[in-house]
Amino acid sequence: MPASGGFASLREAAARTRSALAGHVSAVFGRTELDGSAWDNLEEALITADVGANMTDLLLERLRGRQRRGDVRTLEDLRRALAGELLSLLDGAREPEAFLPEGLTLVLVVGFNGVGKTTTVAKLGRHWQRAGRDVLLVAGDTFRAAGSDQLSVWADRLLLPCIVGQRGGDAAALAFDAVSSSRARGYDLILMDTAGRIHTKTNLMEELRKLRRVAERQDVHIRTLLVLDATTGQNGISQARAFREAVGLDGIVVTKLDGSAKGGALFAIASEFGAAVRFVGTGEGADDLAGFDPEVFVETILSPELNNV
Amino acid sequence: MFDALSDKLQAVFDRLGRKGRVSEKDVDEALREVRLALLEADVHFRVVRALIERVRERAVGTDVLQSLLPAQQVVKIVHEELTQLLGEPGRLATASTPPTVIMLVGLQGSGKTTTAAKLAVHFKKQGQHPLLGPADPYRPSAIEQLSQLGKQVDVPVYLGPERQAEALCRAALQAARTKHLTPLILDTAGRLQTNDDLMGELVRIRDDVKPSEVLLVADSTIGQEALKVAQEFHSRVGLTGLILTKLDGDARGGAALSVREVTGVPLKFIGIGETLDAMESFHPERMASRILGMGDILTLIERAQETVDAERVQAVQRKLRSGTFDLEDFLEQLRQVQRMGPIDQVLSMIPGLGRQLGKANENEAARAELRLTEAVILSMTPHERRNPELIGGSRRRRIAKGSGTSAADVNRVLSQFRQIQQLMRRSIPANSAKRNIDLTKLFH
Ligand SMILES: Nc1nc2c(ncn2[C@@H]2O[C@H](COP(=O)(O)OP(=O)(O)O)[C@@H](O)[C@H]2O)c(=O)[nH]1
Ligand SMILES: [Mg+2]
Repeated sequence: MPASGGFASLREAAARTRSALAGHVSAVFGRTELDGSAWDNLEEALITADVGANMTDLLLERLRGRQRRGDVRTLEDLRRALAGELLSLLDGAREPEAFLPEGLTLVLVVGFNGVGKTTTVAKLGRHWQRAGRDVLLVAGDTFRAAGSDQLSVWADRLLLPCIVGQRGGDAAALAFDAVSSSRARGYDLILMDTAGRIHTKTNLMEELRKLRRVAERQDVHIRTLLVLDATTGQNGISQARAFREAVGLDGIVVTKLDGSAKGGALFAIASEFGAAVRFVGTGEGADDLAGFDPEVFVETILSPELNNV
Repeated sequence: MFDALSDKLQAVFDRLGRKGRVSEKDVDEALREVRLALLEADVHFRVVRALIERVRERAVGTDVLQSLLPAQQVVKIVHEELTQLLGEPGRLATASTPPTVIMLVGLQGSGKTTTAAKLAVHFKKQGQHPLLGPADPYRPSAIEQLSQLGKQVDVPVYLGPERQAEALCRAALQAARTKHLTPLILDTAGRLQTNDDLMGELVRIRDDVKPSEVLLVADSTIGQEALKVAQEFHSRVGLTGLILTKLDGDARGGAALSVREVTGVPLKFIGIGETLDAMESFHPERMASRILGMGDILTLIERAQETVDAERVQAVQRKLRSGTFDLEDFLEQLRQVQRMGPIDQVLSMIPGLGRQLGKANENEAARAELRLTEAVILSMTPHERRNPELIGGSRRRRIAKGSGTSAADVNRVLSQFRQIQQLMRRSIPANSAKRNIDLTKLFH
C-alpha cells in the first residue's frame, strides 16, 4: 500500500462510527426497538445506497427469517446480522490472490465514459512504482479529444514514462508497441488507459476484445481492471457484465468514494460476478487510492451520515 | 408479449383478479411491481414513494377496479404520472443584453465538456456565434480538450493566461462582449456537491457572470445520489435546467425524475452519443417508457422509418391487417432489423427484450438467434413460408436438416412467428382497419 491518506481516513471514519454505534443507537434505525419503522429505515438506507431493490428485498427477507428463528431480537442484533449478510455478499470481492503476477504484465484499464479511468491509471502508476515495479504508462484513449494528453500530463507530474497514441489511432497497435518497447527497455509493468465506452455498443466492445487478442499474441501476462464509478446506480451491473463478457475481469476499481455515494451496486456485482475489488478511488489526486476493505465499505452503507472518507 | 412490466402486472392480476372484481389489495400488489421497476431505473427511493402514492390514489379512485384490463390501466396511470412529472422539454433562456451566459455544472465525469461543445454546435446551427469558455483549471488537459473540440466544430474558445476558475470566467465574458459572441458557454470543473470550497467557487462565478442558464449536467447512469446532487447544486447555485447525458447506453435514466421532483427545473436536452451532434430535445412519453423499462419503441420506429422503405412498410401493414402476414414477410422483417444497426442496440430498444438481453452472453446469443431464424426460414419452400400450417413432422425434419438446426429449433421459430402474428393482430382493433398501426398503444 502507498502512504495512502484515503485508506487511513477510511479506517478512522469506520472506527468513529463503530464507537458511535456502540454507545447509542445507529442513525439507520433511529430508535432502539425492532419495530416496523426500524425495518422501513433499513430498507431506505439500503436502497438509497444503491444496493438495488431486488438485492434489498433479498436481504430483508433473510433478516426477517433470522428474526423469526430468534437470532435477531434487538436493533443491535439486526445491525450485526445485516453487516454479516452484506459482508458475505462481498466474499467474491475480496482479493483471492495478488493481482499482479511476476514478470512483464500488461494491465488494461477499461470502463464506461467518465468513470475515472485515466486518473486511476495515474494513481496505479504511482502505487506500483513505489512498490518497486518498472512502470510504463500507455495513453490509449485515442478517441477523446486530448484524451491521451491528460495521461501524459500525469506522467510528467509523476515522473513516469508514457507512450502516447495518435488521436484516432489503433489502440491494439499501441499495446503491441508498448509490449515490445517494454522488453527492449526493461519495464515490467504496462498500465494502459483505454477510451471510455458505452458497454452496449457492439463495435466498441469488439475493439476492446481485439485489443486483448492482439496483446495475447505476445509473451506477456494480461490483466483487466474495470473502473466503476461509485455514483453509478443499477447500470453498474450491466456495465460489469458487458465488460466481463468482452475482456474478462481480473479486478475492479471503485472510484469517487470520497463523495457521499455509497456504491451499493457493488454488492450485486460482487456476488454475481465474483470479481475482486482491488482498489478504491478517494479523490482526484495521485495518492487518492486505497486498498478495498469490505468491513469499512459495509460500515459506510450502514451509516447514512458517514461518507466513505 | 414484449413489455416486461405489463407482463408482470398482468401476471399479478391473473393470479389475484380471477375471483371477479379487482380489489384494492390487488392494486397494491401490482404497485409493488411498479415500485420495483422504478427503483431498478434508479429513481430515488422517496420520489418512488411519492409517485406510488399518487398512482395508488388514482388507481383506487377510478376505473382500475372495474376495468377488464387492470394491468394496462395501471401501466397507463403510471406512465401518465411519469410523463407529467418529466414535463415538457425546457427552452434555453437568453439575456436581454447579450452576451447570454450559460454555465454547465455537475459531478466529475458527467459529460460537461462534451456537452459544452454540443451546445456550441446547437447554437451555431441556429445562426448564432457562441464562445466556449473553459473554466476547469484542475483536471489535466480539460482546457486542451475543450480547445480541441472547439476547433473541431469551428467555434472559438477563450484561451487566456488566467489560471483560476473565476478569473477565467470573467475574462471569457469580457472576450464575448468585445467580440460580440453569444452565448458564452462556460465549462466548469466537475465537483462533488459535498465539497464546500468548490461549491463556493461556483457561487462566485455565478455572481460574477450572471448566467441566464445554470445547467446541471448529469450522467444517466447515476444512482440514488442524483437527488442529493441536484438538491445541493440547486440550493447553492440555483439551477435552471438539466441535461442528461450518455442515454445512448442502456441506463434507464430514472435520475431525470429525481431531479425534476426535487428541483422542479426542466430537462432541457439529452445526450445520445459521443459525436458532437448527438444531443436532442426529449419526448416525455418516450422517456417515461424508458424509465419503466418499456423500451424506447418510438425511437426504434423512427429509426425503422429511416432505414426501411415506406412502401414496404405499408405493404406489411396491409398484410397484417388482412391477416396474411406470412413467413416470407417475417424473413423480410428480420433482414430489415439487421440493417437498422448493431443488433443488440436495436433489440435493446424493444421493450422487455432489452431486459432479457441484459443476461450474460446476450449479444452474441441474439445475433446467433437471428442467424438461426433466418437459416430455418430459408430452408423452407416458398409454399411453406406462405402456409406455415403445412409444416408437420417430416417437413420439420427436412427443414432442420437443411438449415443445420434441430426440429426443436424449427418449432421455436414457428412459435415465435405465431406469437408475433398474434401480437400484431391484437394491436390492430378490428374497427380501425384504415388507421395505421399505432404500436405505442401496445404498451398503454
Ligand atoms: N472525487 C473524485 N473524482 C475522481 C476520482 N477519480 C476520477 N475522478 C475525476 O473524475 C473525472 C473523470 O476522470 P477521468 O479519469 O478523466 O475519467 P475517464 O473518462 O474514465 O478516463 C475527472 O475530473 C477526475 O478528476 C475519485 O476517486 N474521486
Ligand atoms: Mg480517460
